Amino acid sequence: MKHLSSAAAGFCFAFAVPGIVQAEVEYRVAVIRVDAPGPMPISRLDLPPPDLGFAGAVVGTADNATTGAFMGQTFTTETVAATPQTAEAEMRRLLDAGFPYIVTLTDAATTARLADLAGERALVINALARDDALRGKDCRANLLHTAPSDAMIADALAQYLVWKRWNKWFLIEGSHPEDQALAAAYRRAAEKFGAIIVESRVFEDTGGARRTDSGHVQVQRQMPVFTQSAPAHDVVVAADHAGVFAAWLPYHTWDARPVAGSAGLMPESWSPAHEAWGGTQFQTRFEKSAGRPAREEDYQVWMALRVIGEAATRTKGGDDAAMRAFILSPNFDLAAFKGQKLTFRDWDGQLRQPVLLVAGNVVASVSPQDEFLHQVNQLDSLGIDRPETECKR
Amino acid sequence: MRLAALACCTALSAGPALADKIFVSNEKGNSVTVLDAASLEVIHTIEGMQRPRGITASPDGRHIYVCASDDNLVRVYDAATYEELPPLPSGPDPELFVLHPSGNPLYIANEDDNIVTVVDVVTRQVLAEVPVGVEPEGMGVSPDGRFVVNTSETTNMAHLIDSSTFEIVENVLVDSRPRFAEYTPDGAYLLVSAEIGGTVSVIDPARAEVIHRITFEVPGVLPEALQPVGIRVTADGARAYVALGPANRVAVVDLQSFEVRDYLLVGQRVWQLAFSPDGRFLYTTNGNSNDISVIDTASGVVTVSVPVGEQPWGVVAVKSE
Repeated sequence: MKHLSSAAAGFCFAFAVPGIVQAEVEYRVAVIRVDAPGPMPISRLDLPPPDLGFAGAVVGTADNATTGAFMGQTFTTETVAATPQTAEAEMRRLLDAGFPYIVTLTDAATTARLADLAGERALVINALARDDALRGKDCRANLLHTAPSDAMIADALAQYLVWKRWNKWFLIEGSHPEDQALAAAYRRAAEKFGAIIVESRVFEDTGGARRTDSGHVQVQRQMPVFTQSAPAHDVVVAADHAGVFAAWLPYHTWDARPVAGSAGLMPESWSPAHEAWGGTQFQTRFEKSAGRPAREEDYQVWMALRVIGEAATRTKGGDDAAMRAFILSPNFDLAAFKGQKLTFRDWDGQLRQPVLLVAGNVVASVSPQDEFLHQVNQLDSLGIDRPETECKR
Repeated sequence: MRLAALACCTALSAGPALADKIFVSNEKGNSVTVLDAASLEVIHTIEGMQRPRGITASPDGRHIYVCASDDNLVRVYDAATYEELPPLPSGPDPELFVLHPSGNPLYIANEDDNIVTVVDVVTRQVLAEVPVGVEPEGMGVSPDGRFVVNTSETTNMAHLIDSSTFEIVENVLVDSRPRFAEYTPDGAYLLVSAEIGGTVSVIDPARAEVIHRITFEVPGVLPEALQPVGIRVTADGARAYVALGPANRVAVVDLQSFEVRDYLLVGQRVWQLAFSPDGRFLYTTNGNSNDISVIDTASGVVTVSVPVGEQPWGVVAVKSE
């Protein structure tokens, strides 16, 4: 559905914009974030800011509007913070209000439910959930993903560890279902790239507050014991989506080994330290707008907004059908500070993207590693490739 | 220290054979390497700048302008003595710029503020700030000086700006992440490289339309590594040279047919290009191998690579006085 707007451009320049301008077209995007109550992160530095994800929408909308001013296009974005109880009602409200593009920040199960509610009425872009099942057996025809999948994240780290010849992994996984899914991705990655998981251990989440005053006193005794007597390994790989224990692993392992995965060397879609390929420009633009460093969620929402903006530019004010067709066509590409064009996989709607390997305050490396080739697109060395997909769209 | 440096280079530049000079900005090295164009020896290193990127010279070859991105200004040097002259205001984070063919004013792309800053190089006053698309980068100027072109990397457009009114007169959509804009000497074509899109758009400036898209293909090189950045057109308008970034090659494009005639292997992550004043040589900055390559434009042979500073970014060559 295309919205013709009679109002002036929301983002307006003083000069005339000849060359490309047609009748004004409005693009309306909604971003829905579902905040589930849960325990706090281990570190107060990781506390979620109130505008998590939404701040990326603000920058993405402004970027689209600047281009739109030259194209006779306006962009408006509504952000909605919902709870698990209100998520579906809010989604219905957005659909009834006629939003044709809806970006979601929620877990895999809720993402699938919201996408089903949308049906053919809206294109849904998942900017948070990493579960491979959401791109596989639970995939949806109206669902795209700017968030990288667990398999992409695991493959990105695996390529680097194998490049380092750190082939013997000691895998420690959390006890939550999302941890087990991530651990499964690491098992798959190890097999794919020739690493060996010498042992797996489950770190049970026994509940309780994660932060207590002088909690390190107990941790310092517990973690070495927990990691004791593992077979010889090069690296500890942590699969801790829930954020229960991994941050405590570095420097506390029994053997002096580096930690990677959910702590230590972390595979991530974005880091406020990332400067390559014009990334600094995004960082400064974001920080000026939001007053804080960008997180993965912000970047993934920004990319979702830019997907819409790019399609609006390239289809020159096309309707929703034209927009959708273009986004999934081979002609679509997105520049997102990763040094190469990002495109959608037509088999599961996943945005191909390099993954940053972040070590504290620096980006230590970026995968795919040069040495891992692919017959079609090197980015498809990360994640579930066409022949392996379980998605039937 | 500075006096000593000056004394030393004055002595050097007073040598008998006054050859052309090549100035290379080293983004990481925070310096400009000066080479004797005949011997290709490093004859001086200018220091005292933060993150130098775009570099150009006044038409008479006497002044060197450098975008000192992290200093948020344009630094100016005497090409003969390397003495630093008063800097120009540039707006924040200047990356690339272009001089009006008359030598004044200077048009600067400010990546962070979505503007092009116009600066009078004599009075050092900002004449105008022109709002453009998101992340302005490439800057070109028509041979008659009437139009200035800016490319915006996230908006994916070439903005044609009237150099007298400082207003945008045309916007031309190109492929993803346009990096560089260069007119042919007769003004008939405007070439715009798209780093992520992997193409060079050939624009008819009169109609403000893309009339051709030049694509690149090198056996054994991943298509996503073919990332066009710097462009230079020969004085006779017959050929364009296009730096292909991480493909480590410079494409030679025939501007009659817009066909790629050759791919020349140079250093790693080739970024910007500059001709020697007589057009016999083309110099390339190779950011990841810390060197420049020299291409003999008559034979199309890469003759030599010369180490410069860390992560060379831009290059300009000037005639000896």
